[in-house]
Amino acid sequence: MKEFLLLIRGGHDDTGKRSPEEMQKHMEHWQQWMGNLAQQNLLVGGQPLMNEGKTLIERGEKVIDRPLAEGKELVGGYLLIRSNSLEEATNISKDCPGFEYGCTVEVREISPM
Amino acid sequence: MNGEHIDNTLNHLFRQESGKMVAVLIKIFGTENIELAEDVVQDALVRALETWKFKGIPDNPRAWLYRTAKNRAIDIVRRNKHSRLIDFSDPQKQLLTSSYTLETTMNDYWKEDHIKDDFLGMMYACCHPDISQENQITFILKSLCGFSTKEVAKSFLTSEDTISKRLYRTKEYFRKNKIRPIIPLPNQIASRTGTVLSAIYLMFNEGYNSTHVDQLIRKDLIRQAMLLCRSLLSEKRTQLPEVFALMALMCFHAARADSRLSDHGELILLSNQDRTKWNTALIQSGEQYLNNAAYGETLTNYHLEAAIAFQHCKAKSYLETDWQEILKYYDALLNIAYDPIVFLNRCLVILELDGPKDALNILELVKGNKLLEKYYVYHATLGEIYERLEEYVKAVSCFKRAMELTQSKKEKQFLKDKIAKVPG
Repeated sequence: MKEFLLLIRGGHDDTGKRSPEEMQKHMEHWQQWMGNLAQQNLLVGGQPLMNEGKTLIERGEKVIDRPLAEGKELVGGYLLIRSNSLEEATNISKDCPGFEYGCTVEVREISPM
Repeated sequence: MNGEHIDNTLNHLFRQESGKMVAVLIKIFGTENIELAEDVVQDALVRALETWKFKGIPDNPRAWLYRTAKNRAIDIVRRNKHSRLIDFSDPQKQLLTSSYTLETTMNDYWKEDHIKDDFLGMMYACCHPDISQENQITFILKSLCGFSTKEVAKSFLTSEDTISKRLYRTKEYFRKNKIRPIIPLPNQIASRTGTVLSAIYLMFNEGYNSTHVDQLIRKDLIRQAMLLCRSLLSEKRTQLPEVFALMALMCFHAARADSRLSDHGELILLSNQDRTKWNTALIQSGEQYLNNAAYGETLTNYHLEAAIAFQHCKAKSYLETDWQEILKYYDALLNIAYDPIVFLNRCLVILELDGPKDALNILELVKGNKLLEKYYVYHATLGEIYERLEEYVKAVSCFKRAMELTQSKKEKQFLKDKIAKVPG
């Protein structure tokens, strides 16, 4: 089986507008989706990322005090999953709860060793 | 805030809830981390004690304790995500390692029906047939009933050191054999429940029969044994007839517990007990449980012992006891399995029904039985029979033999009084 990285981008903007109930529902969706993957032994791992970060450019000589991409492009989290093909991994990603918050998901195969 | 009030609330809560919290935490951390689970619960208790002293008891102390333990568990999981302390390989536990799912998954572990399952699962784990009964009960008292090592030692009249060794051995067994706390499958539930019930009944008897242990511990043992049995009855899968029967039996016994001792702590025989002191509410619930125990084909010792105890509870006075009915139950008991102690008890029924001569003839049948020879009740019974036959010298020597065999001060005193009253 191959491994795929799901890069979850954007979706941080309207968090404050949600009620606690909505937030809880949302977190339950994460649990169901990831739980499903874990049950099928397809989940390797994954974490949300903090908004803050630094970016090194110009051969590392220059450091900016923020991630390179912002807003919709900002990487907000990642998942590492197992799958047979890019198509299958893409299908799996269709249920990502991040979409409820307007995220985008980029699916990339990990280069085989 | 009144410190004593807080202590009482906490003490009560702790006895009721600590076992459940430990069970959930063991589910999360794994049976290889029982100490960690116990520490977290202990920690929650200490925090409650400190916080409540300043802020007063919260509206829902139980929820407060659970929340504290849960938050601590989240901390521990976060900190040990990459250490080897906790095995996160099982799919549900894997979700504890991601911030996407940690809190929701953790909340899931603490849902009421999961708490109940884990607690029952732990009871079955503690009562694994490979673990000696002594170790089973020691472990249950410590981990599931919130007893301190000192209190367990007191219950067994042994040293804290011995108890610690027993606990260690059981934990090692869990670790080595990767015992998981789960309710057994339907094809095993009857036999596994049998082991759990024996442990509960032994624990109950430790509180009910032993006259040596201090009063508070005895009451605690009785209460905890009944609590454990009731938790089995709270779950469909474990609502077996024999569980209802044991519950009934314990109700009937517990209803009479207070009238067995005089204000001065002397033993009072059934024939002299003040029946108005018996707890009618407990007798009534016992009757309910006994009715529930009657479905299906199962007839266990607990059914028959409960039926006997119920006859005693029902009788308005000792003289009105239906000995004929009781004799039938004893016969049925001996039919299930021969047991010299049951045989001896049956002989006491014969004494009431047919008099001392017949009783003595029947006891002749078990003369020289090794177990009975060492059992003080056997000699006390013989003494009673000889006394009624007016063979006073024999009676006194039997009572003396009984005195030598019991460890209990109260029983020794009781026999001493009997000897003093023998004519001649």
